[in-house]
Amino acid sequence: MLRVTWCNLVVRKLRLALSAFAIVLGVAFVAGSFIFTDAMGGAFSGILKGTTADVEIAPKGANDFDSQQDRRTIAADVVDKLEELPEAASVHPYNQQQGVYVIDGDGDLVGGNGPPGFAFNYGDTVAITGDPILELAEGDLPSGTGEVALELSTAEKAGYEIGDEVELVTAGENPKLHATLTGLMRFGSSGGAAGATIVVFSPEAMQDLFFQGKDVYSGVSLTAAEGVSQEELRDAAQPLLPNGVAARTGDDMVEENEAGLQEILGYLNMFLLVFAGVALVVGTFLIVNTFSILVAQRSRELALLRAMGASKRQVNRSVLVEAFAVGIFGSTVGIGAGYLLALGLRALFGLFGLDLTDAEFPVTLRTVLVSYAVGLVVTMVAAYLPARRGSRVAPVAAMRDEVALSEASLRRRMIVGAVMVLGGVGLMMLGFAREGGSGLALIGAGMLAVLVGVALMAPVLGRPVIVALGAAYRRMFGTVGALATQNSLRNPRRTAATASALMIGLTLVALMSILGTSASASTDKSIREALTSEYIVSNVVGTPFSPQIAERIRDLPEVERVVQFRTAIARVDGNTGFVGAVAPEGLAEAFKLPTLGDITSTFRPGTVLVLEPDAKRRGLEVGDTLSMEFQGGKVDLEIAGTFPAGPLPAEYLVTPDTLLKGGLEPQDSMLFITKAPGAAGDDLRTAVDEITRELPTVTLKDPQEFAEERKAQINIFLYLVYALLGLAIIIAVLGIINTLALSVIERTREVGLLRAVGMSRKQLRRMVRLESAAIAVLGAVLGVAMGVAFGVALQRAIADQGLEVLSIPWLQLAIFVVVAALVGVLAAVFPARRAARLNVLRAITTE
Amino acid sequence: MSHPTVTTSPGAYATKDVAARVVGLRKVYGEGDAAVTALGGVSIDFLAGEFTAVMGPSGSGKSTLMHCMAALDEASGGDVFLGEQQLAGLGDTQLTLLRRDKIGFVFQAYNLVPTLTARENIELPLSIAGRKPDPGWFDQVVDTVGLRDRLEHRPNELSGGQQQRVACARALMSRPEIVFADEPTGNLDSASGAEVLGFLRRSVDEHKQTIVIVTHDPVAAAYTDRVVFLADGLVVDELREPTAEAVLEKMKVLSQQAVAGTAAEA
Ligand SMILES: Nc1ncnc2c1ncn2[C@@H]1O[C@H](COP(=O)(O)OP(=O)(O)OP(=O)(O)O)[C@@H](O)[C@H]1O
Ligand SMILES: [Mg+2]
Repeated sequence: MLRVTWCNLVVRKLRLALSAFAIVLGVAFVAGSFIFTDAMGGAFSGILKGTTADVEIAPKGANDFDSQQDRRTIAADVVDKLEELPEAASVHPYNQQQGVYVIDGDGDLVGGNGPPGFAFNYGDTVAITGDPILELAEGDLPSGTGEVALELSTAEKAGYEIGDEVELVTAGENPKLHATLTGLMRFGSSGGAAGATIVVFSPEAMQDLFFQGKDVYSGVSLTAAEGVSQEELRDAAQPLLPNGVAARTGDDMVEENEAGLQEILGYLNMFLLVFAGVALVVGTFLIVNTFSILVAQRSRELALLRAMGASKRQVNRSVLVEAFAVGIFGSTVGIGAGYLLALGLRALFGLFGLDLTDAEFPVTLRTVLVSYAVGLVVTMVAAYLPARRGSRVAPVAAMRDEVALSEASLRRRMIVGAVMVLGGVGLMMLGFAREGGSGLALIGAGMLAVLVGVALMAPVLGRPVIVALGAAYRRMFGTVGALATQNSLRNPRRTAATASALMIGLTLVALMSILGTSASASTDKSIREALTSEYIVSNVVGTPFSPQIAERIRDLPEVERVVQFRTAIARVDGNTGFVGAVAPEGLAEAFKLPTLGDITSTFRPGTVLVLEPDAKRRGLEVGDTLSMEFQGGKVDLEIAGTFPAGPLPAEYLVTPDTLLKGGLEPQDSMLFITKAPGAAGDDLRTAVDEITRELPTVTLKDPQEFAEERKAQINIFLYLVYALLGLAIIIAVLGIINTLALSVIERTREVGLLRAVGMSRKQLRRMVRLESAAIAVLGAVLGVAMGVAFGVALQRAIADQGLEVLSIPWLQLAIFVVVAALVGVLAAVFPARRAARLNVLRAITTE
Repeated sequence: MSHPTVTTSPGAYATKDVAARVVGLRKVYGEGDAAVTALGGVSIDFLAGEFTAVMGPSGSGKSTLMHCMAALDEASGGDVFLGEQQLAGLGDTQLTLLRRDKIGFVFQAYNLVPTLTARENIELPLSIAGRKPDPGWFDQVVDTVGLRDRLEHRPNELSGGQQQRVACARALMSRPEIVFADEPTGNLDSASGAEVLGFLRRSVDEHKQTIVIVTHDPVAAAYTDRVVFLADGLVVDELREPTAEAVLEKMKVLSQQAVAGTAAEA
């Protein structure tokens, strides 16, 4: 039995190669996701370890890896006291500033929008790795505010050399700085900063530039004396520290930060694995189909085996062993391909500023195990159904022609499909009612169930599509078109399964495009309706900038008012909350929020406005107390009202003093500008541009341009998702190639006959192409229909959370269908050529 | 060479046009030691409007001859002419066009496209060419094969005899210059076979169609105007106005000659 299986495997290796390829792609995505996130984790963990000393002292929450710029500082006398500790071998006070970016010679931001930029003072602190945190690699240390050193890769990216005049933008009180480059520094023991840019000043210059010249510090790093443990040093230091300032051992700090890092990487991994899952589901369809066709073609041989006395189980096993081999092969190659995919992801994320060129890309045991498990389970499950059908082949009856789908089995299919659709809709509705991750998971599971249900029903649901297409084919291509239609109707189950694979990919693409255009339309509407100010100053990706900008603009004669908007992240009721801060008068002036009434009297310091749908869902009432945990501490706020989703990118609105209480340095994210009466818009623009032009991060735009900028961001995200869904579509296209190639083999005699009665090679190729296009269009039409259904449902469900407008991009959806048809034609190239090359006589005399 | 070689000379039937002509046709399968000579230099003329049967023992090269003449296979040597058209040297496209427009072919089995109805199968060569069938001719052909009430059925709903008649109708539909049928009644019982042969006979009589069939059956051969006998890839004899008895008699003689020949060779 095993020998027979093995022979089958070798003979059919070409046909199986395509299904193995589906496994390869799916597993590659899984492995690639893990390898990439591991690499990222490794790189960041290296940075964490390479920049943490034996004991780190800072205001609580201020120097975690995800902290925002903190306004709290440590006074110099604390450092003096620490210097006297016998447990400390050395004491290194430091100052750091976030939001310091390097401008290259062309006036562009080094690293683009995305990666963070830091400024530190130099020092000789040694990290727990034993290596210095900062080390001079070349040149001299800077001194005074006119001199600066750059981290090696930062300088390289900026194209600066020692002696050059370096341009900097900062979110501190000096928005623009110029300094001479005196030296290049190596940062951290791993040598890179993962794309972040790092600027180094002398300790005095840091204080002068970012701390109003006061002798205060962001934090203090301690190195333990000989024989003193981290814990002993921490315990010795802690009593010397003022309230709110904490000493932590380096190990603890690395561990805590790594935990936070792993959480974020977990989200990223999950995001990538969702696409891997989609690819695998699509791959499953391909494998089910391939094995079904192989079993059908081998029904005679299987029957022969049965006639020779092989038991059902043995026949079953011979198919499953084949699947196992395909699974092992596909997974093995998939892990290799996953490594390449991880490198591809590195390039993709590199576009957003994440620099992992120096990172290691480890293939861990977990990655290998998960990959094999996924690859094998998917292949075996997908092969099981056809295997069972194969074992049912009766010993005597071995008809080679496809057995027509019996009415009963078709009805059963329809019923199972309908139940899955209904169940899926139920799950989705449950998901909408729930919040957060579990809600999303339910919605996802519901969608999957609906899609599989529709796929089951596709042989019936798809018929009208094929028939309609057939009418068009017949008109345009005559007999060749009619034959193509007949061929695609011949085995509805096979056609439907092949099309369903494409349907899944296109459902998601259509859904995303509907959500994308709806989000754009909603953005337009909310900005048009709720914004009263004439101009907005902001950074494309929301990176905060210096409050000095607002001050300077406010001084312009063309400007009547400038409303500053700040953002922060806080833990609220255990969840991450996006907090916006704006002065009450500013809120009333810059926005039309009629539902709020006269907010200036209710929205006071110490109060909070909650996003309307959130308040409703969580049952929050005016007068309730909401406790927000900022990095600098907890702030209790009274709920003063709600605000509608739309123009402001926040879930909570507080007054600016709340952020100060939370320990955050004042930095603006957006400015809303109202023109002075009588001033010309152009004059205002020229004047503001004068101020912002020097800062490549920040631009002035009118509401229309602002909306365009936000829409461009939405589109970038859409393109990223499309790129990731592309793999699922590739697998679906492979499925079409596979089905067609197998169908051509199955119909060899018929092909011979058609050629014998005078069908030209060209016509034959066209016939195969048209069949392929029919399958692709069926998948696309079903997919777009499902995408529209899901899109409408999702938009309805989250309409009050900012997706107010439903906008369906019909033209774009129609283009998807047309492109799918073209892709179908392309998929047919190989099978069509194969059919056309068949020798007429040999084809017609094959058994 | 022990067989008397009969060559029908081109000038013999000056009154009639030649529909197809093979001259010194050779066909060798395989190479070197494994080479099999299926046709060893066959020359025959097929006259327009004549019904010819090709007979001979199994393996004598009958099918090979038909395939080479019907532009389904390439000859190893010699020439095939269909009317004025020489086949040698034609490319795939031209051969395809010839098959579509000038030649009708009926195989022993598996003649029909399973997804098409009888009507669509009959019209297939025309519709592939993008032409509309002439309704009068269509009716005539359909009535001659007697399939009017089965036109909308698919092949799996037709009997073997009906399927072969549909195949014959298809072969005639495009009014080809010549129809080849390789054992068209091989899989049929005698009644169904008679239906098919009767139909072919009528096409010759009523529509001046040129037809060449291969058969092993003397009764079938009796429907034709002329029987050409092949043996070992060569033409060994021919009969005009054959009767079943005459054919049977000839076959006996030929097989005895063959035995004698083999003995002599040995
Ligand atoms: N594709 C092929 N490859 C090799 N030899 C072949 C091939 N086709 C036919 N032959 C050989 O050529 C010779 C003639 O075959 P052909 O099929 O023409 O015989 P036939 O007269 O039609 O026989 P039958 O009455 O059995 O159909 C035979 O010896 C056969 O074995
Ligand atoms: Mg034969």
